[in-house]
Amino acid sequence: MAKFIKKRGRTSPAINTSALPDIIFMLLFFFMVVTVLRKSSLKVRTEIPRATELVKLRHKSLIQHIHIGAPIDKERGNAPVIQINDAFVRPDAVETAARMFRQNAPELQRGLVTTSLKVDKKVDMGIVSDVKISLRKASQLRISYAALPRDNE
Amino acid sequence: MLKKRKERPQNSINAGSMADIAFLLLLFFLVSTTILSDQGITVKLPPWEITPPRPIPEKNVLTVKVNAANELLVEGEPASVSALKERAKEFISNPKGSPELPTRPKNAVISLQNDRGTNYETYLHVYNELKAAYNELWNQRSHRLHGKAFADLGKAAKKEILQEIPLVISEADPTDYSGD
Repeated sequence: MAKFIKKRGRTSPAINTSALPDIIFMLLFFFMVVTVLRKSSLKVRTEIPRATELVKLRHKSLIQHIHIGAPIDKERGNAPVIQINDAFVRPDAVETAARMFRQNAPELQRGLVTTSLKVDKKVDMGIVSDVKISLRKASQLRISYAALPRDNE
Repeated sequence: MLKKRKERPQNSINAGSMADIAFLLLLFFLVSTTILSDQGITVKLPPWEITPPRPIPEKNVLTVKVNAANELLVEGEPASVSALKERAKEFISNPKGSPELPTRPKNAVISLQNDRGTNYETYLHVYNELKAAYNELWNQRSHRLHGKAFADLGKAAKKEILQEIPLVISEADPTDYSGD
C-alpha cells in the first residue's frame, strides 16, 4: 500500500530569473519613450475647471502653455498672474511670446500651433480677456481652454 | 624560459543586480510620466482686424450674457445654465419652424458676452453648454444621414454637416461693470 505514496522531492525548482532584466528593460524603454519631462516648474496655482465637450490636443511640441492663476509664492499677493515658460509676464507681453513660439514652429505646421490656456477656476475673466486680445493681435487664433473631464450630469 | 601565462579563469559577470538597476530607472520614469494628455475646449478666436459685421436680423441672433455676479441672461431674460443647452439647440435647429427663430441652422449666430468680473469657471461652463448643443445637433444629423456618430465620420462627411450647421459663437468685447 505504502508504495503508492511515493514521496517525490517536494522542493520546487528555482525560478529562472535571467529574463527578468530584459522584461524590465522593455518596460523601461516604453516609459522612456512616453515620458515628456516638464520643462518649466509651475509658479502659479491652477486648478482647472471640469467640462464635457473636450478635445484631446495632439502634437505636443506645437502646444504653448499659458498658466493663469494666483501665485504659489504667498508674498506676491493674491492677484492672478500669467506664467509662460518659467517667467511671469504682463498681459500685453503675451503677444510677443505667442509670436516667438509661432515663429519657432516648423513652417509647415505653423497652422497647427495651439495655445493651451490653463486657467484657475477662481480667476475672473478680465485677465483672460486681455490674454485673448493679445493672442488675437499675434494672430494666434487656435486656443484651447484646458479642462478635466466631467461625467454627464 | 618564458613562463607560460596561466589561463585566467573566465569569471562571468554577475548580472543579478541588473534587474535592480533597471527597476530603479523604471520607477523614475514611471513617476515622471504624465500619461494624461492635454485636453480642453478648443476655440477659434476671431482675427484682430475685424471687418465691421454686416447687420444680422434680430431673429438670427441668440444673445447670451453673463454678468459679474455670474448670472445668465438669455435674450434679455434670466436663465439657468442647465437649461441653456436645450435652449440653444431649439434656437439653432428651429424644429417647429417658428418665424421668430432662424429659418436655417446656417443663419444662426450665438452671441456670447461676459463681464470682466465673470468667474472663469462659469464662463467655461456656459461655453461648454453652447458647444454641447452644437455637438448634439451634429450627432443627430450624422445619425440621420449616415447612421453613426459624428466623430466616426470621414472628413468629407464631417465637412458637409459642418457646412449645414456651422459653429458660430461670436464673442462680443466684455463689459466692465466689475468696478476695479
